Amino acid sequence: MSRLSSSGPQTADAPTPEDAFHETAALSDRDREPRHGAAADGPMLAADGTPLKKSLARALRAQKLRALALIAPLLIFVLVTFIAPIADMLFRSIENQIVQDTLPRTTAVVQDWNPDTGEPPSEAVYEALYRDLFLAAEARRHTRLGQRLNYEETGMSSLFRGTGRDVDDFGEANVETLEDLDDRWEEAAFWVELTSGEGGEGVVDAARERYMRLADLSSRSPLGDVWCAVKGVFAETCDVAPEDVDLGFSLSGTFAETFPRTAEAYAEFAVFMALEEGETVADDEPWEAVYVALDQDLRALSPEELAAYDGPNADALRAAQEALAEVPPVDFRAAFLNSDEDWADIDNWRTIQTYSPPYTTGYFLNAVDMQKTPEGPALRDADERIYGLLFQRTMFMSLVITFSCILLGYPVAWILANLPMRQANLLLILVLLPFWTSLLVRTSAWKVMLQQQGVINDVLVWLGLVADESRLIMINNQFGTIVAMTHILLPFMILPLYSVMQTIPPSYLRAAKSLGATNWTAFWRVYFPQTVPGIGAGSILVFILAIGYYITPEIVGGTTGTFISNRIAYHISSSLNWGLAAALGTILLVVVLVLYWAYDKIVGIDNVKLGG
Amino acid sequence: MNREPDLAATDTQEAFVAFERVQKSYDGETLVVKDLNLDMPKGEFLTMLGPSGSGKTTCLMMLAGFETATHGEIKLGGKPINNIPPHKRGIGMVFQNYALFPHMTVAENLSFPLEVRKISKSEREEKIRRALDMVQMGEFGGRRPAQLSGGQQQRIALARALVFEPELVLMDEPLGALDKQLREHMQFEITNLAHELGITVVYVTHDQTEALTMSDRVAVFNDGKIQQLAAPDVLYESPENSFVAQFIGENNTLLGTIKEIRNEYAVVELDDGELIDCKPVNVSKPGERTLISIRPERVEFNKERLQEGAHTLKAEVLEFIYMGDIFRTRLRVAGKDDFIIKTRNAPDQRRLKPGEQIEIGWLPDDCRALDA
Ligand SMILES: Nc1ncnc2c1ncn2[C@@H]1O[C@H](COP(=O)(O)OP(=O)(O)OP(=O)(O)O)[C@@H](O)[C@H]1O
Ligand SMILES: [Mg+2]
Repeated sequence: MSRLSSSGPQTADAPTPEDAFHETAALSDRDREPRHGAAADGPMLAADGTPLKKSLARALRAQKLRALALIAPLLIFVLVTFIAPIADMLFRSIENQIVQDTLPRTTAVVQDWNPDTGEPPSEAVYEALYRDLFLAAEARRHTRLGQRLNYEETGMSSLFRGTGRDVDDFGEANVETLEDLDDRWEEAAFWVELTSGEGGEGVVDAARERYMRLADLSSRSPLGDVWCAVKGVFAETCDVAPEDVDLGFSLSGTFAETFPRTAEAYAEFAVFMALEEGETVADDEPWEAVYVALDQDLRALSPEELAAYDGPNADALRAAQEALAEVPPVDFRAAFLNSDEDWADIDNWRTIQTYSPPYTTGYFLNAVDMQKTPEGPALRDADERIYGLLFQRTMFMSLVITFSCILLGYPVAWILANLPMRQANLLLILVLLPFWTSLLVRTSAWKVMLQQQGVINDVLVWLGLVADESRLIMINNQFGTIVAMTHILLPFMILPLYSVMQTIPPSYLRAAKSLGATNWTAFWRVYFPQTVPGIGAGSILVFILAIGYYITPEIVGGTTGTFISNRIAYHISSSLNWGLAAALGTILLVVVLVLYWAYDKIVGIDNVKLGG
Repeated sequence: MNREPDLAATDTQEAFVAFERVQKSYDGETLVVKDLNLDMPKGEFLTMLGPSGSGKTTCLMMLAGFETATHGEIKLGGKPINNIPPHKRGIGMVFQNYALFPHMTVAENLSFPLEVRKISKSEREEKIRRALDMVQMGEFGGRRPAQLSGGQQQRIALARALVFEPELVLMDEPLGALDKQLREHMQFEITNLAHELGITVVYVTHDQTEALTMSDRVAVFNDGKIQQLAAPDVLYESPENSFVAQFIGENNTLLGTIKEIRNEYAVVELDDGELIDCKPVNVSKPGERTLISIRPERVEFNKERLQEGAHTLKAEVLEFIYMGDIFRTRLRVAGKDDFIIKTRNAPDQRRLKPGEQIEIGWLPDDCRALDA
């Protein structure tokens, strides 16, 4: 930044009278002009006086925005189809909200239970379970939870399904007592009158939220609001969001205070009617759980306390209290045990307790053949371990496949790179040919080739190399998988190798030979090291593709040649244990990242070349 | 063998490198090298000069063993080498693109030819050090080729070709990629080294200045044949045919017919009827068409400096170019307006003005009548 430029307007000539005008103009110009050269006096200024950095940023902004707009479609596509699913998978592998959402009250109270006593939990826990399970059974959500817990403890699924059927009948005697006492207890309108009023909104809102979590109803996002507004323009209506659905019912605050359990149960009933059935409480008599709750509440109140209650139908309540005093209180534990002995099983309860938190390491422990025990995580019994073996096998076979690809692909790439253009192109087409055939067809072709009555065995028998009765078993085992996958992944090795070899001028080999190296030394010391980046790139491609391969091992792998990905697929589509599948997938992802990192450390990732 | 006389006459020593009637064809249809005969004594610096595609690299590759001659014999130290594989020929080679191994450091590059010769480690280090010092690159042993400038790479390539002390070194346009200044510097270094070490060098270039300044002898290639093989000054001053005359240095040509040959001079009648004196080179009888060649710096327009009775030509000045050390003037002579003369920038030198009419002339020895 020269001083020359800051004295720019002034010329070397001495000012003449004619110049005076220009001179003053120039001087005043110069005063306004930022001092370009004044580095010591603050930031560099642009011609219009703004800091240079700022004006540069402004000049580049439009350019950057345009660039961003160009890649925006891809960016969005990648975010939606790649990043989001991976994030979802990572989340699923630890997510465990279903237990808490389905059994909110039970999971809260079962925490106080100490499994080491060897005793099943207290009556309060069973009561909480009754209330949770009743609602869950009505919403048909209990089987889902049973399935989830069944991953951890076999038998849980049938336990929940069976008891879900019976739970209506719990406390049957008490319910009947109430109904027999007064016909009005069976009238919907009577219940509405009993419970209606003002001030119980808190209870209702809590019930609504509980139900939404149970039934997986999500509230509407801001994006949804916008969408609905757009639809509104075209005179289309959105469904009312679950949090906005009108229940047609308002709970009395005094009632809720005096009869908390009843209020809660009735509020749940009201929410269920509105959200699930599209009706209101006025349309139907309440479900059994409400009667049982009222029974509980009446027993908890002394006659004096009840006398003080002055809400509607207070007389009916007093009569009910007297009548119910004649029958024993509901014994929830007995009712559960009556439904299924296994409700006394400590292990089942321990499972519920262990898997109460909304997040769990359980899936991951499972994925590495471990389980939660009272003493903390521990390895499963030897005969129950499968994933460790599968991971090992996946690694090992992927490595074997990668090495086979290097061995077979290197000479081919070399020939490709050294042939004249015409022949090289022809050969390249042959290399690429497999890409134009369906993967399924190629794999099935190997099935035809390798099976015991297949082409290869036939030829071997015909040549007399193999006896007819001892034909080789080459399919439905590791060998078959390795052969088929090497064939399928070979192009991914050849192409990067080829493109790297193409960039190595023949003069290197000539130079080496002119320096006295034999053909082999010239190859090994000069040519081969320069192809290492290609081998690296090809190996990374092949290995990472192999480690997650699914279709080919599924078709030709039998039982001994399958990969971890086949197990993941099984959990996704058959056992529906998505959490475990996600945990296995996450481990696979981490393994690949670790290997990639190790490769970077050892070989250096900038040594990977996919071309030129 | 029926050798061409000038090849055999150059020296009486036993030829170290010899091409004998060598032919080469890549495709079986055209001969890239036609009947090449060349003898080189030990310690000579020979340059192959020629236009692109004239077969220079092909000759080098045949000598190095990367191409086989289709016909004829190549001898090294008196023995035919047609059947010796390249790595056993012991010929150092500097490639056009240097061909330094990119995955090795400079020292490893230099160590490579020694390692394959199973030379002990201490001796290797000593030789590498000496070779690097020789090209003044002693500091750079630990660098990768990619971390060097073009000229430095070139010097390393040179050091690598010399480190195993070959008796014959081939260089294929090693200075092609360098800028003028560096190229001149390297030309100097290479010739110095070659003479110091007493090695025989075959050097390929298509830069004629390079060829003239560096070599003991220059072989001018064209069309797969050696057009002339001679020392630089001979080549410049006595080109044997019009190709050499035009290829080497700047050259003025005029077409004409031999009118008579007297003593050792010929009188040539130019196409516009003017007469000039020339030295006949490869013309023999009157009536023959000829291309006469005069170097621009041998043309004289100052009458006082011309020989008594010399033929002169009329010329019109078209352009005067000031080039610092010399003046370059373009003239119209005998109807051609690409006649160039060069004059030294001296205090008493006249600066010609465009449009000026002058008379030019030259010593008959400087004007050569060549084949048309
Ligand atoms: N490998 C090859 N196959 C076929 N033709 C070739 C081959 N190498 C060279 N030629 C041909 O042989 C002729 C001579 O080539 P050469 O490389 O010897 O030329 P050169 O004198 O070194 O030229 P340059 O100054 O451009 O390097 C050219 O016409 C070229 O096309
Ligand atoms: Mg060449």
